[in-house]
Formats: sequence, structure tokens, C-alpha cells
Amino acid sequence: MNKLSEEKTLKISKIEDGIVIDHIHPGSALEVLSVLKITGKSGFTVSLLMNVRSSNGNNKDVVKIEKKKLRKKELDLISIISPNATINIVENFAIKEKFNVSLPERVDDIIKCQNQNCVTNAKEPVKTVFTMEKKGDTHLYRCHYCERTMTLEEIRNSITK
Amino acid sequence: MLKKKDIVNIGDISNEDIFKVFENASQFKKKLSKGEKIKSMDGRIMATLFFEPSTRTRLSFESAMHRLGGSVITVSEPKSSSASKGETVADTIRMASSYSDIIVMRHPMEGAARLAAEFSSVPVINGGDGSGQHPTQTLLDLFTIWEKFGNFNGLHITLAGDLKYGRTVHSLIRALNRFDATISLVSPASLEMPDHIISTLRNPERVIKSTNLDEVLNRSDVFYITRIQKERFVDLNDYAKVIGSYSFDAETVSKMKKTAIMLHPLPRVDEINPEVDNDPRAMYFRQAENGVFVRMAIVDMILGGE
Repeated sequence: MNKLSEEKTLKISKIEDGIVIDHIHPGSALEVLSVLKITGKSGFTVSLLMNVRSSNGNNKDVVKIEKKKLRKKELDLISIISPNATINIVENFAIKEKFNVSLPERVDDIIKCQNQNCVTNAKEPVKTVFTMEKKGDTHLYRCHYCERTMTLEEIRNSITK
Repeated sequence: MLKKKDIVNIGDISNEDIFKVFENASQFKKKLSKGEKIKSMDGRIMATLFFEPSTRTRLSFESAMHRLGGSVITVSEPKSSSASKGETVADTIRMASSYSDIIVMRHPMEGAARLAAEFSSVPVINGGDGSGQHPTQTLLDLFTIWEKFGNFNGLHITLAGDLKYGRTVHSLIRALNRFDATISLVSPASLEMPDHIISTLRNPERVIKSTNLDEVLNRSDVFYITRIQKERFVDLNDYAKVIGSYSFDAETVSKMKKTAIMLHPLPRVDEINPEVDNDPRAMYFRQAENGVFVRMAIVDMILGGE
């Protein structure tokens, strides 16, 4: 198990148990908290850094949430907001696990189809299902029902509203 | 194999099955022309649920089922049905699938047919969902081309008119693009084929976009003409300009190859002048007639033994 290095935790204190979401696209930390539905009233102790210098010289945001465990759906949401983010799972002040988020091949019940005439926007007993398609460097998500596609930008706008 | 399958979009049907549908449709056409009675669907029931107006699709499906010896139950007026009382498509389909062996549905919302197929205990055929897909129209369009040319490879096929909202062309381009055919898309800029359709194509390099019909008139083997809906235009002067550029009259047709054909899913309004109806290249009424044979083949392959 690696100990979090001192320079990585200079500006805010280490957490005992919880998660550190690192390498968030600069300026997107509040969106990450928003999709995780973490508000000041949710009881979590949250530390947040915005636009700090990363070891590679680029700016990044960092979010630390104590006592938080991430579910699959929440990881999917973080990857959509910031596809280059990394997750550190911390236990007893040490990193137990560290991994990069990755865009999900299939997203269930997260994205609202932007096609207003899609049947998933009617009062039908179905959840939305989107599957990823890669076109060059672009990632598109296609609705299982109406077959329209949404870009990551459109999905971000939709889930952070 | 279409046995017990849903047909929601043209992607649900393999090329092999497409040609099998053609062979069976040809057989039914021959049998009916000889006055033979067909009883393969004796005792079977088709439910037709059209939540949106339809003339050709509904009549040809019902005619197809009757000609196969089956029977049809239907909702005569969707406004009087439980859907108007707020019943979901899911519940309507659960109910209808317990009353029938196969369901044909048209609905104004995109994706409704996929949803229906998930809630139905019997096969569902999409008779058109919003501006989404209309796969059986595609099969009869393809059948009419196949009857004339015997193949799709090497053909130059032009889709003209409203390519944005016209669901028939959304299904047709996907099917045609599986073959080695060149496809020209000719439409006003405001009614271009949507990117979400183009992005599904296997061979997008075989598709050429244009706004000028003259560029393809003497080159195309097939002209698939769609209705440009007046209600899509805020300014009727714009409609008048567009319809003038994309309509087929005697002068336009005179520039076409002698062997070319004109197709239209009908109803046509101003896109094709009735003065060309008797030209041998005008195949749109035969195309509509083919709807019955092709739908007989589809229903027979889904419910029968192939």
C-alpha cells in the first residue's frame, strides 16, 4: 500500500477513509460533486481544490470525500464529467486502490435522451439505455430506443443541469 | 431466420433474409395472380395498433394477413382507445399481445416500437415510429428495385426531398448502404439526412450529398422521391422555391436514363406531377402494390415455417 505523498496533500489534509478524485478536468470539481449529489447538507466532509498544478504541469481539480464509497453508476458519472480523472480509495490514511476512470460502454438510467420525441421521455415504465460508439477521437452515446446520438458535451450539459 | 423475430428496424434483418423475403414475396405475387388461395395463417390473428394515421401501411398489412388466411383485430380510432386515457404503450402492448399472434404498430414517438417489442409476448413489427424507422416500407422499396434490376450492386440510387423527417429514407439508406451501390442524397440544406443516421452507415464513403437535382438526373438508376411537408416551412415562399427545385415533371423525367425508375412512398403532393404517371419509369404505384406481397412474406416468415 502506498502512502499519499506529502506534496500531493500539501494544500489540504489527508483523509482517513474515503475517496480522492484526482486529475479532474480543471474547473469541473463542482460538476463532479453535483452529479454525486453531494451538497453541503449531505453530511460528508469534503475538501476541494480547483486549478492546482499537477505533477505533469497541467492544471487540475481534486476532490476528497470522507467516508464515501463509490457505486458503479457514480463512477460512470465521474468518467463522463472528467474522462481523465483518477480514483484513490483511501483506508486508514493509505491508498488501498488507485485506478483511472473509463468511459462506460453502456450507460443505464443516467442519461436523459435529448430527443424530446423519444419514447423514454413519455410516461413509460422504461429506463434509458445508451451505448458508446467511437468515431475517431469522438465518443458518442446512442439511445437504445430512438437511436439518436448524444456527444459527451451534450450529456454533461444534461446531467449537470 | 425471421421466425418469431421482432422487426423494429432494418438492422434486425440480415441480407440473406432480405433476399428470402423477395423470393417469398415473388411466390405470393405469382400465386395471387393465378387466383390461388393461401391458408398458411389460418387461425392466426394480427393486431394492428396505429396511433398515427396510415392508409397504405395499415391496409396492406391487413390485406396481407387476410390473403394469408389469417384474421385481423384492430383499434379503429386511437382517440377512442385507452391510449387517449393515458394508458402507456407498455400496457397497451401487454394487453394486445395476449389477444393476438403478431402485432403491427405505428406510433408518433421514436423508439416506441423497440419498447413495444420488449413488453410484447408475441412478435412486433414496426409500422413506423415518429421520424425513426419504417423497416417493412424499406423491404418493399428494395423489392421493387430488385424486381427491376435483379441486384443492388453497381446501381446509382438518389434519395431526394425531405431526408430529415422522412422515416422511410432513414431505413432505406441503411439497407442500401450494405450493398455496393452509390447513394446520392439530394435535399434542401434544411432537410438534409441527419448525422445520427449517417453515423450508423457501414460504408459512408459511398454516400454523396448534394442540393442540386440536375447533377444526378442523367446518372441515377433509381430516384426515391419523398414528400416535402409544407408544415415544415415557416415561410410558404420558401416552400414554393424548394418544391420547384425538387419536383419531377415531364421535363425533369426527359433528362433521366431510359432505364431509370422513380419510386415514392406515397402520398405524393407536389413532388411528382401526375403528367408523368404513365411514363414506364414511374413505378410508385407498383411499389405500393408490392407492399401486400412483401408483408405477406414477412408475416409468413415470422409466424410460419419459412
